[in-house]
Amino acid sequence: MDRISRREFLKGVLTTGALGVGSWLRPTLAFAQPGASVRVGALYPLSGALARIGLAARHAVELGVEIVNGEYRELRPLPLAGERGLPRLGGARIELVWADTRGDPATGRAEAERLIERERVNALIGCWQSAVTATVALAAERHGVPLLVPEASSPRLTERGHRWLFRTGPHDGMFTELIFDFVEEVRRARRREVRKIAVLAEDTEFGATAAGWAMGVAQRRGYSVVARELYTSPPASLTAELLRIRAAGPDLVIGANYLVDAILITRTLKEMRWFPDAFIGHVGFNNVPDYLNAVGRDGNYFVTRAAWAPGYAKRNRLAGAVNQLFRQRTGYDLDQDTAREVMGVLVLADAINRAGRLDAEAIRLALAETRLRADQVILPWRGVQFDAKGQNRLVGGVMVQILEGEYKVVWPFDVAEAELVWPAPPWDRR
Amino acid sequence: MELVWHAAVSGAVLGLVYALVSLGLSLIWGVMDVVNLAHAEYLMLAMYATYWLWALGKVDPLAAVPVVVPVFFGFGWLTYQLLVRRIVRAPVAAQIFATFGLLFVLRYAAFAAFGPNVYGVWRLGEGTVSVLGVPVATSKAAAGVVSLAAFLGLSAFLRFTKAGKALQAAAQSREVALSLGIPVDRMYALSWGIGIASVALAGALLIPFYQVSPTIGDAFLLVAFASVVLGGFGRVDGALVGGLCIGLLENLLGTLLSPTLKLLFVFAVFVLMLLVRPQGLLGEPGR
Repeated sequence: MDRISRREFLKGVLTTGALGVGSWLRPTLAFAQPGASVRVGALYPLSGALARIGLAARHAVELGVEIVNGEYRELRPLPLAGERGLPRLGGARIELVWADTRGDPATGRAEAERLIERERVNALIGCWQSAVTATVALAAERHGVPLLVPEASSPRLTERGHRWLFRTGPHDGMFTELIFDFVEEVRRARRREVRKIAVLAEDTEFGATAAGWAMGVAQRRGYSVVARELYTSPPASLTAELLRIRAAGPDLVIGANYLVDAILITRTLKEMRWFPDAFIGHVGFNNVPDYLNAVGRDGNYFVTRAAWAPGYAKRNRLAGAVNQLFRQRTGYDLDQDTAREVMGVLVLADAINRAGRLDAEAIRLALAETRLRADQVILPWRGVQFDAKGQNRLVGGVMVQILEGEYKVVWPFDVAEAELVWPAPPWDRR
Repeated sequence: MELVWHAAVSGAVLGLVYALVSLGLSLIWGVMDVVNLAHAEYLMLAMYATYWLWALGKVDPLAAVPVVVPVFFGFGWLTYQLLVRRIVRAPVAAQIFATFGLLFVLRYAAFAAFGPNVYGVWRLGEGTVSVLGVPVATSKAAAGVVSLAAFLGLSAFLRFTKAGKALQAAAQSREVALSLGIPVDRMYALSWGIGIASVALAGALLIPFYQVSPTIGDAFLLVAFASVVLGGFGRVDGALVGGLCIGLLENLLGTLLSPTLKLLFVFAVFVLMLLVRPQGLLGEPGR
């Protein structure tokens, strides 16, 4: 017994050693072939309930790669737009390896392991859902492969202290701060009274976390939170919740709701013939085009936060040009997810280029040292620069209001396409 | 006080809709002791049917009722002939697995056909009516009225027509009914037809104020079960009483105490009922 186990042990050591040498050799081999490709694994829900989102993400990520691999002089100073491939890697091209998470955390993790071990990708990008990104991050962490997260917005992703995870987009806490920055300016510049705030949220990770942040920020900034209602989605009725909120008499309601909930909220408010001065929703209300298809004009005057909005493309040359390219591919405009995905690819490619080699640690260091300016991004950010937790600290966003059945940027006031309507008119005067 | 009154009235209207959703579940359960776990999926499909009639054919959801309800009667009849017939006398576990499987088949068929998107009917200038001083959306009030009418109609059918009486006989004892020459098999198919037709009616009434997606059945299935248990297994009037109780309970306690806990109240009463009065509010002991 003893002898066998010792032999087994030795065998194990040898295999592990060989594997270790193998992975140590890998970057060197890749580097030995100038002009070869850089492999990036992209993880998105390509089938299942979120397949449509996955498909849009696929178009966006491919466009990002196309901008890097091709020559788009008119897109300068967007990173790597003006030259072909990655110049510091001998013009190497990015090659995408796709994996379908099916919207499921366990599948996402298994696919990430496959991409890393079998497909030997140099970096990962994805995965839209926070829950899937969380498990994929574990695989990235275990193998030491950089993971770029363009859009998943749960604050916990960057609070867990992952070494290999970098998020370019804002998290929900930052979105909450953004909402309050907006409210503050509405009070100051538009002289509206906002003191009492109510929160209405669904009760899983997304809603409950967003509700917690909203209450924390509201109290810190001196507002009084007069109601906080959590419900389970999809709800059969939200009458009880909204009756209580109305009874508390808030000036502003902040919602963290999914699409079906947003539709029900709209209908219930109409039935109650009540609308707060302002209703600001995290998501749900900006689910294009499903929300407006379902509620039509009743969606008017809801305000939502967005990482990006089509209106922004009219104010920003690069955003407009990239949107044009996206439109040519797909027939529809970029949205807040796809815009972040295109940008995510560019940030990742920029870091790999600066690393100058395909060594994972070098890429990680290059990501950590990313310095992009406001004029090098297609979103309303001050640039890209990661903090110690891997979160881009220069993010920003816009506030959008539904007016005449269209999403219009209403804040920041200097890039607004339409005048903010606050307080919203009552139902009988619409 | 106004808050309580508002919550009570809208709870009662909601309860009438719950009742109509539960009616078919209760009927099928009562007649043949089969628990149809796929019940709420028929609701979802009927909502889609009504939605598409509205979106493509410009048919008002209320006007779609005469089309949707008979089609789903046929659908229910067919489900019985193709699937349920084979499991009527099978062990309970087999019945549960069969209808649970049916749930997935119907749900993912909807995913395949319509995608995961959410659809809703949107009508310009839809108004509200005042019900006992509380504004209620016209479509919701109409749903309440039609629901009541459906209950009255079904009760009359069961009590006064020959087919209705035969259905009750089949429910009481399969063997005795057979010996009296009642075509029990046809009665079972009839109960599936009526059961699915009534949940389709609920779907057509819901769509003007409730959105549809392939998983929307989840919002209603448990509530329907609770209604049936609360009112009394297999009783048509039980579904009405149960649905009303749950609508009221949910809205009143939700508004007064905490909406977060509203489903907890519903299921606390559900469990309490099973412990104290397992036959339900209207049921007779020993069934």
